[in-house]
Amino acid sequence: MKGTQDHAALAEAFNKDEDRVDWHDGALWWIRQKRDRSANQTPQWEELREAASAIKSNVISNLHDYLLQFEANLKRNGVKVYWAADAEEHNQIIHKILSEKNINQMVKSKSMLTEECHLNEYLAERGIDVINSDLGEYIQQIDNEPPSHIVLPCIHKKKEEIGELFHEHLGTEKGLSDPTLLTRVARKHLRNVFMTRRAALTGVNFAVAETGEYVVCTNEGNADMGAHLCEVQIASMGLEKIIPERKHLGVFLRLLARSAIGQPITIYSSHFRKPRPGQEMHLVLVDKGRSALLARPDFRDSLKCIKCGGCMNTCPVYRKSGGLSYHNTISGPIGAILAPNLDMKKHADLPFASTLCGSCSNVCPVKIPIHDQLYKWRQVIVKEGYSASRKTFSMKAMALTLSSPEIYKTAGKTGRWILNHAPFAINNKFNPWYKQREMPDSPKQSFGEWYAKNGSKS
Amino acid sequence: MKIGLFIPCYVNQLYPNAAIATLELLQKLGADVSYPSKQTCCGQPMANSGYEHLTQSCNDLFIENFSGFDYVVAPSASCVLHIKDHLHSHADEKAAAAIRGKIYELVEFLTDVLKIEKLDACFPHKVGLHQSCHGLRGLHLAQMSELVAPDFSKPKQLLNMVKGLEITELDRVDECCGFGGLFCIAEEAVSVKMGKDRITDHTKHGAEYITSPDLSCLMHMEGILQRNNSKVKIIHIAEILNCSSIKA
Repeated sequence: MKGTQDHAALAEAFNKDEDRVDWHDGALWWIRQKRDRSANQTPQWEELREAASAIKSNVISNLHDYLLQFEANLKRNGVKVYWAADAEEHNQIIHKILSEKNINQMVKSKSMLTEECHLNEYLAERGIDVINSDLGEYIQQIDNEPPSHIVLPCIHKKKEEIGELFHEHLGTEKGLSDPTLLTRVARKHLRNVFMTRRAALTGVNFAVAETGEYVVCTNEGNADMGAHLCEVQIASMGLEKIIPERKHLGVFLRLLARSAIGQPITIYSSHFRKPRPGQEMHLVLVDKGRSALLARPDFRDSLKCIKCGGCMNTCPVYRKSGGLSYHNTISGPIGAILAPNLDMKKHADLPFASTLCGSCSNVCPVKIPIHDQLYKWRQVIVKEGYSASRKTFSMKAMALTLSSPEIYKTAGKTGRWILNHAPFAINNKFNPWYKQREMPDSPKQSFGEWYAKNGSKS
Repeated sequence: MKIGLFIPCYVNQLYPNAAIATLELLQKLGADVSYPSKQTCCGQPMANSGYEHLTQSCNDLFIENFSGFDYVVAPSASCVLHIKDHLHSHADEKAAAAIRGKIYELVEFLTDVLKIEKLDACFPHKVGLHQSCHGLRGLHLAQMSELVAPDFSKPKQLLNMVKGLEITELDRVDECCGFGGLFCIAEEAVSVKMGKDRITDHTKHGAEYITSPDLSCLMHMEGILQRNNSKVKIIHIAEILNCSSIKA
């Protein structure tokens, strides 16, 4: 793992191969364009975003009550409910459910939360084998790499690289890289997994408080396949996945897939409500930092996220640095505002991995002001002491210079003099600007100086 | 109508011609403009780096310099947005609020306050328009490509009044150039790649000049253009709008 490097260093490494950056950027931009076309074909798109945001505001404000309502309805439907404060508790609960049934193999589909909790590793250490059934996640799993994108987990991999992985792990012919053929191989392999696993775990896209049902959205149908064939069905969800009523799905399902990949709706929007005869259903409600986030008024709106990944596709920094540069399960702009809440020291670099261009906030289907939160996280991170001391020193020097017109004039003059007379002091390898950019030409006089001479005449 | 001219620090030091063009253009349009000589900076470099708490003396100085005017106008969308969003004062919040409400970026001042409908300007060149993100998504100088909403563009509205000027197309109409303040240093690799890609989009559509209401984006792109010995030049929109003869 590239554990100790920050986003800038990892992004610089990613940029060593410019053709790959262009390819990655182009693939995600193409998805952004699909999203635009899809949004433009949807009547009242902006009103839908506004409605979704308002519904989620209501959820965040009344989370306690909705969660209890959801829990009561789950129980009424015959689903066993668990509450987990953190990853450790979540993993223990899952382990207990499985070991009580003597289950040592489980199939899992699309759950970012269990990735965050490192469930696979936890269960593997205890002799339980987990296979991710979402194709992209499966590819990442056999490559022993975290997902680089929440919706498109292996978007950073070229088909040839996937072919190589399949050759190594599934015995396909060397050099085979046709996506259709590779998918068929994976399908055949996974089909056998589905048929033999007694337990299946899925994530949750929307949990309906009113009915106690939950909805899972996939394109591959893998969540359904797992759930329909298993005897123990488990769902793990973050506390924020609640929506009040079933009718609200009419808002969210219209937004989710369009925002994610420009598709009107996912192929499968599966509602799970009651165990079928002979089956058990378990649902784990996971906090893992959510309630702490709820306690931060400047940042609680990030709990509205429906994990569409739209902000990643539109973010030029994400497109040109790759999801793995964010060294966090959830990457991109949304990852950069969620991660500091979980571990500020470890993720202190992420809110700075942005130009604050604001495109993320504009595509967000639930209108999280992502770039405003990035700005605010920067302030918190500095105040809590997680920025380099030399940066603090130079910022204080800058503040002093800019608060005094006299020092500022002298500094400006000196700076321009150096650019003109001693450019080698600035144009060197220690200056990151100069590495791939020329310094600006330095004029003889500033506007202020010009104005003092000519201002009254003009 | 008294207008206070705010010339951001780096424009003052590195791009005085853009500042002169702004002043001349406003005067040509009959405005009563003056430049308070004790001004420095809006404080954005510190604030965007997470040090907004160090900007109070900058803010106080800004308020002192500009409180006496009916309008404050600046040729830099990014700095104007910073003032609009973050200028506060412990001593006199009322004065801070007043400035937040009367500061305008040059383009929007021309289209929304002076409401100009024609310009005596000539610039017979192919020009690519770079939408600065702060001008676009912060000040709404034009419609944002992400939104489902009617199209408009205040910079284009003005550029279309310039004789001989042809606005060139772009594949990605409002993608960020990668400057991002200290981002351009801290994330040098991504910043430069973003800048290179913006430039390529402009040059492949035949732009001779890249213009913008923000010089910071242009400064970044200029650095890349010059390193690669490109013939394409950058020019602030004020310099085009003030160009009465074929001197460029």
